[in-house]
Amino acid sequence: MNLDLIKDILVATVPLLIIFPSLFAFTTWLERKALARIQNRIGPNKVGIPCTRISLFGLGQPAADGIKMIFKEDIVPRGADRLFHLLAPILALIPAMLVLCFLPLDFSFFAFWDEGIAEDIKAVQSFALDGAVIFFFAITGLNTLAIFMAGWASRNKYSLLGGMRAIAQMVSYEIPLVLSAVIVVMYVGSLNAEKIVLAQDTLWFVFTPWGLAAFVIFFIAALAETNRSPFDLPEAESEIIAGYFTEYSGFKFALFFLGEYIAMFAISGLAVVLFLGGSLGPGVTVELVDGAKELESAFAGLPIIWLLAKIFALIAVMIWLRGTLPRLRVDQLMAFAWKFLLPLSILNILVAGFAYFIPQENIGPKVAVWTVSLGILYAAAKGLNSLNRADVKPREYKYAE
Amino acid sequence: MSILGAGIFKGMAVTLKNFVGSYFDKDRLTTNDYSWRPDDKLPQNAGEYPKEEGEQLSDTTTVTKYSRNFPMLLHDGGEPMDTVRCVACQICERECPPQCIYIEKDYDENGKYIKRPAVFDIDVSVCMSCQICVEVCPFDAIVMNSQFELSTPNRFGGLLLRRDDLLKSNDYYHQIHPEEASARDQKMAEEKAAKEAKKKAAAESAKKRAEEKAKAEAEAKAKDEAGGKTEDTE
Repeated sequence: MNLDLIKDILVATVPLLIIFPSLFAFTTWLERKALARIQNRIGPNKVGIPCTRISLFGLGQPAADGIKMIFKEDIVPRGADRLFHLLAPILALIPAMLVLCFLPLDFSFFAFWDEGIAEDIKAVQSFALDGAVIFFFAITGLNTLAIFMAGWASRNKYSLLGGMRAIAQMVSYEIPLVLSAVIVVMYVGSLNAEKIVLAQDTLWFVFTPWGLAAFVIFFIAALAETNRSPFDLPEAESEIIAGYFTEYSGFKFALFFLGEYIAMFAISGLAVVLFLGGSLGPGVTVELVDGAKELESAFAGLPIIWLLAKIFALIAVMIWLRGTLPRLRVDQLMAFAWKFLLPLSILNILVAGFAYFIPQENIGPKVAVWTVSLGILYAAAKGLNSLNRADVKPREYKYAE
Repeated sequence: MSILGAGIFKGMAVTLKNFVGSYFDKDRLTTNDYSWRPDDKLPQNAGEYPKEEGEQLSDTTTVTKYSRNFPMLLHDGGEPMDTVRCVACQICERECPPQCIYIEKDYDENGKYIKRPAVFDIDVSVCMSCQICVEVCPFDAIVMNSQFELSTPNRFGGLLLRRDDLLKSNDYYHQIHPEEASARDQKMAEEKAAKEAKKKAAAESAKKRAEEKAKAEAEAKAKDEAGGKTEDTE
């Protein structure tokens, strides 16, 4: 077999496999700390460097958790389908890891000692794939299958309930998610993640009226897609124990957990690429080279830093929302997707078309487009909201006075 | 007309305030607050629990003045069973959602009910610390303890707290929950005063009524006599 091919595969995948799981570890720590502070607690603060008294704000906690997970007993229920019980966590992790390579992350600066390897990484990394956005949605769709596989194979009522909730939720929220991503694709005229980023060199899409609305819809749907609070019904602890991973322990559970967080990174990454200018930022500019646009950064690695910083900003908002909002009811969840987000995202496509064809060189038309588009969208949202709202009457007691 | 989604931002402002506030305002960290205890009562490693491996707290009664763990029975000092407030009315037993309380009434040798429990068991492996028993008790006899070192090698018997384990003096209550205890004492004193005032008023009104009755009777009698006279004249 061609040794170069193996080398290429390794240099293209190893950075992804190292960086994102370590970011996952950091994020679990961040989330526990932030939620604790929101609830006026301290959070993990004991575990630091082993065999010393240095605690480092509890930063050793993820490592300790990881070690614990590896050495825990792996319990499989007697009636479970052993094969699928084993496959489900693996299948949950793989698509999440796979979509990471569609994000425009340029790791070539890691191989600073060898120009050749750096070039290889550049060549192998698939973010230049022309159908990146399509592939992203196609592959994240597999996650649903993994979750239902886990729910079915566990042979447990709660697991199955969680799995069914997950399917209903993910299928419903995929539609507003894709419809709001479609707007950007239509505007840029490309499915290539890199081209979408380059198209935002003057203005991030979140700073357009349709982009703002699409970003909000996309973010809400992304929360539901990754089973984050307030849409964490598939694993609702207070209702169905742990949902689809009720019967998982030890390392299989850790894989699910890892997959969930990697999916969070991936979908935040896509939101950043579509709406928040990807790896653009101070120090990273777009230059015309031979008639084609290219990223120019002040130093190698700066684009990746910007991209990861924006991803972490979105994750921080997700954690913040988790600390704030209560969980939705199942009917509220479905009604929100089908009766609110879906009509709104379809309307937003029309608004985006309207905004696209109005020349916006001067400040006058710009302001007009902003006010009219946001006015239409807000009025529609308000109308949908009042249509969806059931008549709330004061509670009537049947027996008590 | 409210702005759509305003409630979410309002909630996020509240959580942000908590997040930032918890770094600056020590009073917010209610789960590890020792500031209210005098220094001589301060556990060796105040603040968090457990601090170091193998290190024990010198005082395991309470972590903070806000901690509430499992119920205990109060007595007013002296021999516990003489001054126990509980009268074995079994209200808490019936109200307890997980049914973890078991009470038997106490009888003397003549079979007469004396107002105290013969058996009062709480299974702390079942108790969910909801404090409903505290709320429903009309005698202020059952309140929450904050003793937290309850681990035991005996899985069943060790977690079943008997009457004598549950009996604690009012002084102890004052020690672990000073504010709540004094508020409860004051409430009880007020209730007692109100009851006595009512009793007094009742006694007085009874007396008054008796007087009025006597007066009315006397008047009626007088009237009767007078009436008899008028009848005679007609």
